[in-house]
Amino acid sequence: MELNTPHEEWDLEIKPHDSVFNLHLKDVWNYRDLLWLLVRRDFVSFYKQTVLGPLWFFIQPIFTTIVFTFVFGGLAKIGTSHVPQPLFYMAGTIAWNYFADCLTKTSTVFKDNANIFGKVYFPRLIMPLSIVFSNLVKFGVQFGLFLIVFIYYLIQYHYFPESLKPGDKVEPNLLVLLFPILMILMAILGLGLGLIITALTTKYRDLAFVVTFGMQLLMYATPVIYPLSEASEKYRFIIKANPMTGLIETFRYGFTGGGKFYMDSFVYSVVASLVLFMIGLIIFNKVEKDFVDTV
Amino acid sequence: MGDIAIKVENLSKAYQLGDFGTGTLSRDIERKWALLRGKEDPFLKVGEVNDRSTAGTSDIVWSLKDINFEINKGDAVGVIGRNGAGKSTLLKVLSRVTVPTAGSVKIMGRVASLLEVGTGFHPELTGRENIFLNGAILGMRKHEIKKHFDAIVDFAGVERYIDTPVKRYSSGMYVRLAFAVAAHLESEILIVDEVLAVGDAEFQKKCLGKMGEVSKGEGRTVLFVSHNMAAISNLCSKSILLKHGQLQTMDYTHTVIDKYIRTGENNDGQVNFEDLIIKQKSTKAGFYALRLLSRAKGITADFAINEDIIVEIEYDVYEDGTTIQPSIHLLDNLDTCIFATFSAPSASSTVDPFYKKPLQKGRYKSTCVIPGNYLNDKNYKINAFLVPEDMANMAFAESVLAFTVIETGDMRKEYTGDWWGVVRPKLAWNTEAIKL
Repeated sequence: MELNTPHEEWDLEIKPHDSVFNLHLKDVWNYRDLLWLLVRRDFVSFYKQTVLGPLWFFIQPIFTTIVFTFVFGGLAKIGTSHVPQPLFYMAGTIAWNYFADCLTKTSTVFKDNANIFGKVYFPRLIMPLSIVFSNLVKFGVQFGLFLIVFIYYLIQYHYFPESLKPGDKVEPNLLVLLFPILMILMAILGLGLGLIITALTTKYRDLAFVVTFGMQLLMYATPVIYPLSEASEKYRFIIKANPMTGLIETFRYGFTGGGKFYMDSFVYSVVASLVLFMIGLIIFNKVEKDFVDTV
Repeated sequence: MGDIAIKVENLSKAYQLGDFGTGTLSRDIERKWALLRGKEDPFLKVGEVNDRSTAGTSDIVWSLKDINFEINKGDAVGVIGRNGAGKSTLLKVLSRVTVPTAGSVKIMGRVASLLEVGTGFHPELTGRENIFLNGAILGMRKHEIKKHFDAIVDFAGVERYIDTPVKRYSSGMYVRLAFAVAAHLESEILIVDEVLAVGDAEFQKKCLGKMGEVSKGEGRTVLFVSHNMAAISNLCSKSILLKHGQLQTMDYTHTVIDKYIRTGENNDGQVNFEDLIIKQKSTKAGFYALRLLSRAKGITADFAINEDIIVEIEYDVYEDGTTIQPSIHLLDNLDTCIFATFSAPSASSTVDPFYKKPLQKGRYKSTCVIPGNYLNDKNYKINAFLVPEDMANMAFAESVLAFTVIETGDMRKEYTGDWWGVVRPKLAWNTEAIKL
């Protein structure tokens, strides 16, 4: 090895333009420790400021389920395709919240972290990824709660069927095995959309307002409080155009056997999630380079 | 010759000025369209220099323009320049916070940048947790932080409070901990912006010592921005001088500092009547021009700390028989008046023959000398007044002249820390033993 020859091999080259498809995923891998520390930070700082601490993870889905059962099940009498109402609403609400949190929190990543991004470099993708993993932790806790409710109704269905509403059933099937894949799909769908939105909001702030109330409206265009079968034939295509539909329906069907498995919706959801995720990554990657100049 | 650690080639960075929240979409489309057809970006005008005092013709400003330099491995290099010269932009590009508009930077080795102390510290987390988080943000792996953990805690001197949330830390402890993390990074290249301005003098000294150790002892490359010339000349053998986004010189530090002080700016330091901000007009007299002069280099806005600052006021007297009393106020950056002075014989060290003398119509020039070794290394402003017999009828120009007093290192042979006070006079000191 000769030290005097000028080396043309550089560790890093900073250039104005880079290939759109160079996503610096290797960089992300090098910073994996940061990812875990950020998830830990989110978790710790979440309950450090509260009295009830981690209990909040439970309170939210429990109360939502109670209110939904009362309003949509009791007052509006929307069918739940023969799934016990609390189980039906809880399945919908935890899955939806997971997706919605992934989306809304990643959609403000640039704005929320403008200060830190302006001072130090690390792969920007780490931040949205840490949000997704933090939400996964939260979902994991809530899913535990769901499992308790699920097992409770399963036992009731098998041993005390008379205590259930006539016709209600809990019949898990093999599609339950899709659960981990569904979680990943919901995560990348939320992440993908969030990345697109955050990238656009650095310049066009209006989008930030759309997200807040848009997510509320979108929930009603997703079979969270009703099964897809209850939607009238005429408008079903709108609900089916929502990529979350296939995922939530499949999730609920796998565990409870309520409704049916819509293959077309599921395939559509898979494709849409992957495509939106890729688009999100590419746009995010393009914007992250000089967003500090515009924010 | 050693290897090159950083090679900067034709580096340029443009910023868009003004409000670009409105009309951006249509402009974006126009730009995209031009780029699609393979034409140049219509909103980038090449060749404009970043001079803040003259309004440019486009709203694009080149914060860095065609910068070329190389830094060898193990060198400590200072970056010198006035505010707005592009120092921070250069560091931002080098530390990958933003991308250049043109040109490239090639880097050999891992870069750690410290543009701010304590980036990413979370107030709710304990010192221990924050060391890991901050270390990871700065690019360290967990096992590397573990390895240096004791050294970090020791350097910061916060052993007792390591498991206390940092929101309960004093600001000094906070800064110490944050710097300690950065100083123990295992990177080949360390980029440091003016971060030592915070923290007490003792700690600053410790940090400078640590940085010297890093560059000299461990053979790591350091790039250091500071307004503290003493710190730069202590730490860096070579320096870069930036002006209006362009590289003026890269040479040995003392040569560069010398040049920095000598190159005044011809425009700054003089204001003519058409540019004056007149707070109040008088019917008796009006300003014609105001100037700041150094004996060595004429009109300038930069003064070495030991240089006399000559303030010239040129004014027109409108009526025969008027008496005019010129006066100035010296202000600091916060608009606090440091002193007021005028030419009355009992209030000045020289005798002004025109004091209280009825003047003929015409133009006059009054001069006031602010002695060297009197002000601190800060920015100052001047208010100017022309007061006739009827004081209510005076002319008043607000903040007409701004100037900077620059550290030369002459008074810094013993002490390099932060120097308190709006002035820094050389006073007579003596000690004697009273009782032994």
